[in-house]
Amino acid sequence: MINAANKSHRALDSADIQLNDQGQLRHFLTTESLPRETLVSIMDVAESFSGVGEQAVKKVPILRGKTIVNLFFENSTRTRTTFDLAAKRLSADVINLNVATSAASKGESILDTIRNLEAMQVDMFVIRHADSGAAHFIAQHVAPHVSVINAGDGRHAHPTQAMLDMFTIRRVKKQFAGLKVAIVGDILHSRVARSQIHALKILGVEEIRVIAPKTLLPTDITSLGVNAFGTLEKGLDDVDVIIMLRLQRERMGGALLPSEHEYFDCFGLTEKKLVYAKKDVMVMHPGPINRGVEMDAAVADGPNSVILQQVTNGIAVRMAVMASVMGKNIQAGSQL
Amino acid sequence: MNILIKNGRIIDPANQLDVEKEVYVSRGKIVGIGSEPVGFNADKVIDASGRIVAPGFIDLNISLREPGFEHKATIASETKAAASAGFTSLCCSPNTQPVLDTPSVVQLILDKAAEAGFAKVIPLGALTINLEGKQLSEMYALTKAGCAGFSQAPNNAMSAQTLRRALQYASSYCLPVILKPENVSIRDNGCIHEGAVSARLGLAGIASSAETVAVGQAIALAEEVDACVHLTGVSTAKAVSMLSRAQHDGVKITADVHAYQLHLTELDVGTFDANYHVSPPLRCDTDRDKLIAGVAQGVIQVSSGHQPHDLEAKQAPFPATEAGISGIETVLPLMLRLVEKGSLNLSQVVASLTVGSADIMGLDLGSLSVGATADICIFDPTLDWIVDETTWLSRGKNTPYMGQQMAGQVTQTLVNGRLVFER
Repeated sequence: MINAANKSHRALDSADIQLNDQGQLRHFLTTESLPRETLVSIMDVAESFSGVGEQAVKKVPILRGKTIVNLFFENSTRTRTTFDLAAKRLSADVINLNVATSAASKGESILDTIRNLEAMQVDMFVIRHADSGAAHFIAQHVAPHVSVINAGDGRHAHPTQAMLDMFTIRRVKKQFAGLKVAIVGDILHSRVARSQIHALKILGVEEIRVIAPKTLLPTDITSLGVNAFGTLEKGLDDVDVIIMLRLQRERMGGALLPSEHEYFDCFGLTEKKLVYAKKDVMVMHPGPINRGVEMDAAVADGPNSVILQQVTNGIAVRMAVMASVMGKNIQAGSQL
Repeated sequence: MNILIKNGRIIDPANQLDVEKEVYVSRGKIVGIGSEPVGFNADKVIDASGRIVAPGFIDLNISLREPGFEHKATIASETKAAASAGFTSLCCSPNTQPVLDTPSVVQLILDKAAEAGFAKVIPLGALTINLEGKQLSEMYALTKAGCAGFSQAPNNAMSAQTLRRALQYASSYCLPVILKPENVSIRDNGCIHEGAVSARLGLAGIASSAETVAVGQAIALAEEVDACVHLTGVSTAKAVSMLSRAQHDGVKITADVHAYQLHLTELDVGTFDANYHVSPPLRCDTDRDKLIAGVAQGVIQVSSGHQPHDLEAKQAPFPATEAGISGIETVLPLMLRLVEKGSLNLSQVVASLTVGSADIMGLDLGSLSVGATADICIFDPTLDWIVDETTWLSRGKNTPYMGQQMAGQVTQTLVNGRLVFER
């Protein structure tokens, strides 16, 4: 049996496994260490797909005849639905599998699950798993023609969410140079934040800030090239983009926070606190929002919010990622 | 059988010897160093030219997996691997199934080891029944059955009060207690050092305080109840300085570090390489450097931390894999790398694997004194070899060094004057 122990006594660089010999995207596991052109290309392709949803027939034949399995080891409705829609708009055949982790731990290992599905001639896996590193692990073990897209692994990465956020920022702000971006909330547990930080760095924003109480900031977070702040007042000063993160209820149980109420007092985004930022600041949230915990309804629904655009853009960006890993690099503006 | 080992360089830190002399072995004992005993006739002559002749190595932390986890390894497979790596005595952890908490399990392990006929196995009894951290094991009975000390490793979930009483009780029989310095509530579900790499990979971190809090607790309790406490597998710089001060203050506390911890750091985890998933986790280069200094100063000794695993144990996403490295076969070459780098000298390396460990466990082993048990290891410090699955003896192939070149290999191992391994 081929196994990780044999082939990986050398630490793997993420870019190594994500790109093929020609430097094209083969798996999409993390935004970390990808070339800038790859990220720009995904956004360009997404731009060309963004009209598909408005057509009377919301389909393009790019992945016709391809089989995609949405393999969700962790529950998700929103992300799975957008991946499902994206695949269907590309004319692929889609299978949605919810593998409860408890059932998996009782019997079949992840590798067995993957090998069984591979035996059914699957072309792509979209994976969500509660363990950081799950998508990398699977990508290291799939057959050479199979692609893996990470739809969220533990606290590690959620690269398609990050790319739809980048896409949304680019649409509004036109460019990344000179932007100051603040990410607010539970950075420690957030795979979205990690993928955003890497993507923003690669795309060349001026400054990335993370704002949270210390219990929700990873130790040594500044090693990722961000500045850490403990208050919204200081952290939001003069920023162009605010990304609010979802706060999970269970954080109160682990003695990380005293209460939702105190969290909202200190880190909840209100119209009053929005004034610290630039006037034309964009307010983003990966959803679903806890109104009154992460932000006020007035901000979520206000003129600076792009939260619903994020959701719409999610489909085009996921179509772009799926097309890209399958080697269908459609240039912006080309005939669909 | 009489064995003459000639032309070798004897390194015997217990006797402060570093000299080229003959070693005469007869009836399981060393009967002469440099001068031939009257009437000695060698049945076998070992030419150790260009090699080091040292006391057999003593491992303070090895998991043999038997009974209970024979799918990972067996006493026969691991004692053979150990003998090939120069180890003649192995203090095995009690985390077997059933747990090593009754004389019958002790007997089973001793019988299996004797049957295999490679290295000696010295069982460490469970400090508490089933390692649950609640009820004390029958330490007196276990000692009579052959246990040399008591260990709670690797399960450290026990109240400070239970630990305090366990130390008190063990100290009534002057028995060393082996603990893994880890505060389980701080460790929580962590699987990697809490630092830059855990921040990047989104893996739950294990703060250094998970170790230092436990070290502080052990020092305080050992001092108060006057027990002999040995902490196995330290990983932080801070622990080394705390131990150094405690030893200076006269507390009977000792420690060891796993050999691979003197080389690897959190950065080696790279992108989720489960071969580097170990417990305690690989930490920073500053920790590693201080651990090396701790060995040089004699504050800590060296153990293998040998954890052989089956393939499946490492075939999962990083947090779901089992921690541990199959380490016994790379201890010597890894220590010799430090000699090559100038961090340690040969005598310090041998001391940390022999007399240092013997003293901790109260074993009458670890020296080449005339009259001592003839547990001897002969190695060539310059012999190059490649870590390869086909020549690897441990059942556990889980080593991050697979495919790498090593310098230094054992050529002969003698246990009780019997040649148990020869290359």
